[in-house]
Amino acid sequence: MKVLVPVKRVIDYNVKARVKADQTGVDLANVKMSMNPFCEIAVEEAVRQKEKGVATEVVAVSIGPAQAQETLRTALAMGADRAILIQTDQDPEPLAVAKLLAAIIGEESPDVVIMGKQAIDGDNNATGQMLAALLDWPQATFANSVELSAGNAKVGREVDGGIQTIDVTLPAIITADLRLNEPRYASLPNILKAKKKPLDMKEAASLGVDTAPRLKVVKVTEPPKRGGGIKVENAADLVTNLKTAGVL
Amino acid sequence: MAVLVIADHDNASLKDSTHKTVTAALALSSDVDILVAGSGAKAVAEAAGKIAGVRKVLLAESDALGQGLAEAVTAVVVPLMSGYDAVLTPATSQGKNFSPRIAAKLDVAQISEIVEVVDASTFVRPIYAGNALETVQSSDAKKVITVRATAFKAAGEGGSASVESTGAGDGAPKTKFVDQQLVKSARPELAGAKIVVSGGRAMGSAEEFQRVIDPLADKLGAAIGASRAAVDAGYAPNDYQVGQTGKVVAPELYVAIGISGAIQHLAGMKDSKIIVAINKDADAPIFQVADFGLVSDYKTAVPELMDALAAAGK
Repeated sequence: MKVLVPVKRVIDYNVKARVKADQTGVDLANVKMSMNPFCEIAVEEAVRQKEKGVATEVVAVSIGPAQAQETLRTALAMGADRAILIQTDQDPEPLAVAKLLAAIIGEESPDVVIMGKQAIDGDNNATGQMLAALLDWPQATFANSVELSAGNAKVGREVDGGIQTIDVTLPAIITADLRLNEPRYASLPNILKAKKKPLDMKEAASLGVDTAPRLKVVKVTEPPKRGGGIKVENAADLVTNLKTAGVL
Repeated sequence: MAVLVIADHDNASLKDSTHKTVTAALALSSDVDILVAGSGAKAVAEAAGKIAGVRKVLLAESDALGQGLAEAVTAVVVPLMSGYDAVLTPATSQGKNFSPRIAAKLDVAQISEIVEVVDASTFVRPIYAGNALETVQSSDAKKVITVRATAFKAAGEGGSASVESTGAGDGAPKTKFVDQQLVKSARPELAGAKIVVSGGRAMGSAEEFQRVIDPLADKLGAAIGASRAAVDAGYAPNDYQVGQTGKVVAPELYVAIGISGAIQHLAGMKDSKIIVAINKDADAPIFQVADFGLVSDYKTAVPELMDALAAAGK
């Protein structure tokens, strides 16, 4: 079984995003970039499926600038077999990303796609579902458990209030939620080995896909700051304040 | 222009996030219809018809819709969209599952988790875990939007819209529902609660979390939340998690106990009206967003708070 894992290079999740003074976006110059945390979980899941003998090949794909090669090398160091970079200097919207991935899937014919449920920059939580729609494949989003077998996948999904379990016919799209697994740290020998694994480069334009943005960013601003609060002396003082504020 | 709102419900009752999404929809157009896609959900449709400002309610029913399967909901909504210019869905785990699928089938962008309607094609949405707000203008003919319900006031009751049946589509042929395990609780639901009491990693164990947080939540009639650290450590179940990757809440009162206030937690609760923080570390970032901070070990502060609440007649 062949598994395709899309990964995204984003601002490191420990770095606080700062809005640019001219309100055109978030300042990413000289900021630490890493693999999106949900993508790491997806790579880990694919690699575990290979270690269990269920998956035979894990292909990592990224869409982004030349620096996204580093993100793909991370995926290779975690255990992916090979990687493809679809190079673009634009920041394509989820629909465009889904269309580019659909084109790659047309070439690669994977049995299943495992990807993160959301990127922590745009916070859209949309690409996996859109990709499933474009391919007319079933989708199992927000996975917290995955059992792959020939022809189908049983997926436990995190829903409001609990867990829903569904069984999807392969090929299918699975999106990873936070508690699906804990991603490994790549070992030094594996990082070195990853440098020799194949990494193909393609130009996004060569895939013949409409990636024109549908949304115009008018401005990006800082959220309103909360007014300064006060420290209270003790619990009784706290209750008095809460009564005055009208919330008790 | 006409707008369709997809109702949030559990086949038995209509959720408040629907009322809030109607408010967002009414900012786009006065012609707002509601779709209830479910199974045995007639009572939900009737409740939806009572929301003020709603023109009519469409009811589509099948087993696959009752299970909320994304393919099934998409199959109902896409043909309906010939009669609408926008479709709005509350950004619950359900809505987030099917809405992007609808958008891609219509070949349009999804505008995710809006918190403000500027005009019929311009919206504000949080990005980078709420550390920035992005104003976007859509050039698509049809808008597919998810709504962060906590950012909008609930539409009132008093409507008398009729309920019409509509086609149930062809279900989800490639997806089989296996089961659903929901946590049963007498407490209010976290996403819509007026008061939320949350515990953090300081609790140290699941037993301690329950011993400290549960009685306080019961006394306040509050829902229970938790930080990601507490959930990851197994002190609280998954669906308690408040934060960027969990639930986003905006109650009247949010009480954070033993929570340091990581960026990812703040993203999920900083729009609460009043925030209370109890933490023994005076430098914890949670105090920067708290209206009332009590620098104290929760082990002494929470029992004292229980006593003070009792003295205040709670």
